[in-house]
Amino acid sequence: MAVTEARPRAGSPSPQTGTKAGPTRFRRKKPAGWWLPFVLIAPAVVFEILIHVTPMLVGIWMSFIKLTKFFIANWSAAPAAGLSNYHLALDVNGALGASLLNSFLITCAFTIIVVGVSWLFGMAGAVVLQRSFRGRALFRTLFLVPYAIPVYAGIIAWKFMFQRDTGAINHFLADNLHLISATDKPFWLIGDNAFTAVVVVAIWRTWPFAFLMLMAGLQSIPEEVYEASAVDGARPFRQWRSITVPMLGPVNRVLVLVMFLWTFNDFNTPYILFGGAQPPSGDLISFHIYSASFLTLNFGFGSAMSVLLLLFLLLVTGTYLFILNRRSRNA
Amino acid sequence: MKIRTIAAVATVAAVLVATAACSSGGTSSTSSSGTAGKTLTYWASNQGTSIANDTAVLTPELAKFKKQTGITVKLEVIGWNDLQTRIQTAVTSGQAPDVVNIGNTWATSLQATGAFMPYGSSEMTAIGGASKFATTALSTGGAPGQTVTSVPLYGLVYGLYYNKKMFSDAGLTPPTTWEEMVADGKKLTNASTGVNGLAIAAGSYTENAHFAFINAAQNNASLFNKAGKPTFTSAGVVDGIKRYLDLMQTDKVSPVADAQYDNATQSTSDFANGKAAMIINQSNADGTINAAGMTSDQYGVVPLPAPSGGKKVASFIAGINLSVFKNTKNKTGALEFVKFMTSAAEQGVLDKPYSALPVLKGVTPTFTTNTAEAKTFSDIYNNMSQPLPLVPAEDQFESTVGKAMNALFATIATGGTVSTSDIKTALQTAQDQVTATMG
Amino acid sequence: MRETLGSKWFRAVVLVILGVFTAVPLYVMITSALKPLGDVQNNFTWWPTHFTMQPFIDIWSTVPLGQYFVNSLIVSGISTVLSVLIAIFASYAVSRYRFKGRGIFTTTVLSTQMFPGVLFLLPLYLIFININQTFGIQLAGTRTGLIITYLTFSLPFAIWMLAGYLDNIPKELDEAARVDGSSAMGVLFRVILPVARPGLIAVAIYCFMTSWGEVLFASVLTTQDSRTLAVGLGGYSTETNVYWNQIMAASLVVSIPVVVGFLLLQRNFVAGLTAGSVK
Repeated sequence: MAVTEARPRAGSPSPQTGTKAGPTRFRRKKPAGWWLPFVLIAPAVVFEILIHVTPMLVGIWMSFIKLTKFFIANWSAAPAAGLSNYHLALDVNGALGASLLNSFLITCAFTIIVVGVSWLFGMAGAVVLQRSFRGRALFRTLFLVPYAIPVYAGIIAWKFMFQRDTGAINHFLADNLHLISATDKPFWLIGDNAFTAVVVVAIWRTWPFAFLMLMAGLQSIPEEVYEASAVDGARPFRQWRSITVPMLGPVNRVLVLVMFLWTFNDFNTPYILFGGAQPPSGDLISFHIYSASFLTLNFGFGSAMSVLLLLFLLLVTGTYLFILNRRSRNA
Repeated sequence: MKIRTIAAVATVAAVLVATAACSSGGTSSTSSSGTAGKTLTYWASNQGTSIANDTAVLTPELAKFKKQTGITVKLEVIGWNDLQTRIQTAVTSGQAPDVVNIGNTWATSLQATGAFMPYGSSEMTAIGGASKFATTALSTGGAPGQTVTSVPLYGLVYGLYYNKKMFSDAGLTPPTTWEEMVADGKKLTNASTGVNGLAIAAGSYTENAHFAFINAAQNNASLFNKAGKPTFTSAGVVDGIKRYLDLMQTDKVSPVADAQYDNATQSTSDFANGKAAMIINQSNADGTINAAGMTSDQYGVVPLPAPSGGKKVASFIAGINLSVFKNTKNKTGALEFVKFMTSAAEQGVLDKPYSALPVLKGVTPTFTTNTAEAKTFSDIYNNMSQPLPLVPAEDQFESTVGKAMNALFATIATGGTVSTSDIKTALQTAQDQVTATMG
Repeated sequence: MRETLGSKWFRAVVLVILGVFTAVPLYVMITSALKPLGDVQNNFTWWPTHFTMQPFIDIWSTVPLGQYFVNSLIVSGISTVLSVLIAIFASYAVSRYRFKGRGIFTTTVLSTQMFPGVLFLLPLYLIFININQTFGIQLAGTRTGLIITYLTFSLPFAIWMLAGYLDNIPKELDEAARVDGSSAMGVLFRVILPVARPGLIAVAIYCFMTSWGEVLFASVLTTQDSRTLAVGLGGYSTETNVYWNQIMAASLVVSIPVVVGFLLLQRNFVAGLTAGSVK
């Protein structure tokens, strides 16, 4: 896919590699069409600059000024903060730094579990629906429903189910299964269980996306490949390992990366599930930053934390792509 | 390609500079309303049963205002989830309505932004004079010693609601001290019928912060010192918070289930449905209680009692204030509108659907036909309430201390114990967080 | 090809687990929408003890749901169309041309997915205000502003995804058409896009859902007139009550058209599959 393939070409200093792919189209004698790709990407570039790049640069600049409530109505008067916002965020012995670190670690655990399970679910769902059987369309639709429902609706339904005394989960565990005592039902939205709750809800919302992407990817694998391997006596699991997974490689690489980024930056799930106050065990980083910025009007500090988050994500993504590229080059 | 890169960088830089210029010029930029003098934009907070309900309540009043002055008011009712964010973006960008409702606890924090018009003497005269407002009500308008940037619109205070039948069945009279309240709560708590003594919204950080303040004030302890620095860990504050937490922990008059009530409506429903004998709530709980089928003669209201020997503080001065954005194009009209909304006639009309107390001197409450209840709330509002700390860091107090209390309640609810030193540690963290950003 | 017993069992187990996990919240949503408010606030029951359709009537008056719905449809629909179109052009360039700046472009597009929304929410708002003051185009608080915001949100992933699909389409197809005298655009629209239809549909679904569910930006960038469903549904929990049954009813009502849309589009997935056009 574009992402993974673009890297070696972009990183390569040799101009020949760049032009190798299409010598007929890129002849120097034929300058008539040289502008075409630029025109093609121009609309995308304009919107990215307007909505993503510029605001981000402004955001980075905000992190270097003391943009507290005393100055938000008049930014030019905000004194330069130098690196003090960053000092506050990174000083893990201070109260603010310690809570940021805690939030960061929780978010890491949250992301790993959510992305891992969502991928597994998505893969399992896509593989079992690959072959036609009665009711396949029904399941395919059902699995996509969590993705089709407005985020708010889906999460609020879970919030309703996670209520301690009036919720479906405790009713099921205590009154139907009698696994737990009906008089001592657990809390799901406060205390340590809140982490479980937010993970479950995030998986519910995320896995249909993995399912959708993998299902679309599976359709590009020709049936004959499976038939040929079946003739060779390959069992389904071996087929999956030797055909499905490698053929889905490009889809997987992007899928895992975007799920990682979205999950790490997830704001909606904790915001809707917990309301204004996230319990310490569900203190995801996006919401943590939002609280600092909007609830206490300290946008300078909030931006500094956002920039640190951005740097971390850049580092992870860079490493991820680097490893993948080296592996594909070595292979 | 080089040129292209340079061009791209230049574009980014240009937009960046323009943005910076915009933001710095924010205060002088225009408001979004149309022809000066003839229109106003008004952001109202959600006070009624729904946003649609608010629109229905306010629209006829705005028509009345148009008839009197010829000014059209463009109304937008904003839910509480969005209001704070919307006000902040308005403050930051300068693209703002002319008149806005704010929770009065934000008054000092928002005053610090400098985005609101101060009600100086000429502005005060234009809205009918500072003397028309009840003294307590006006004290929430901004930091002491500074010109207020908001004036009161709807007054609210906490009262202790009790179920009359449950009390008389148990042969009890309404409590006059905190200890009595706890003792009554214990008597009325009955696991077999599922009735609890006192329902609290222990999962709402704003409610928790309010009770941190009230309980500390009963101990005569304050949350900020004269210099505006937080003093959350002082003995009086810690003890006050412990007293409130103990309602669930040691007294067990509040059920552990309350730890996840992130909204006062949940505890109010419990009260209205006969699952709780008492609640501590603001007067606008009446709407919810009545809607659930409990009539006003079935419950009584007394001031939230202080512990014996403590200071008789029953509430903080809650309510909604009105502010005018500094960059309004129609200041005269905006002041005209503030005058209209805070007039005795409008107070009489609007206090009823919103179960609010009048913010004016010598005006009788209209929100209930129950005269005893009206009298109690008036008395609490005017004589037994203190404003929340009038310092710019008030919002940080609510957020940090309130959330710390949420976590402490969660610990209690999930079977843990919270000692005085645990509370002190949690409050130290909250205090450090507030201090660090003051730096 | 015969199916082994093991894979049948595997399929059954997977379908049961995923089916229950997916369906239970939906079931709770449906049954709760049919309960009166008092029952919803009381102990949970799997089956309503008192059936009522009242929530489905009340939802329209508690909150201007119809208007939010129209707003959401307009915003999501237009931003999807624009985003797919822009992504088609960009991904075609990335997939078929080796131009200078291609690496920078793909990398930048990728990195935009890392920006935490909170970091650029406020700056974006300021830029919108600034555009209004400079050019007189009102973006903050309007559907237009939301459309261009959302189309940009979905653009990066749409570009990668499409570029991936286009990469899989053999270049010989282009060249054959070129030999026949087609222009670059002719090749794109007449040869490549029809083949890439399943991919296009997947991308369109993604774009639509990105706009359909976004909460944070919508809460700041909309006013009452331009509010979308994603934030509008929050209106059912008010100062005085949380109307759980109405939240569930409204969620159902607004979800039905989208789910139906999914159902219809499924045929296209299948069509793309059976045609065997993607190799």
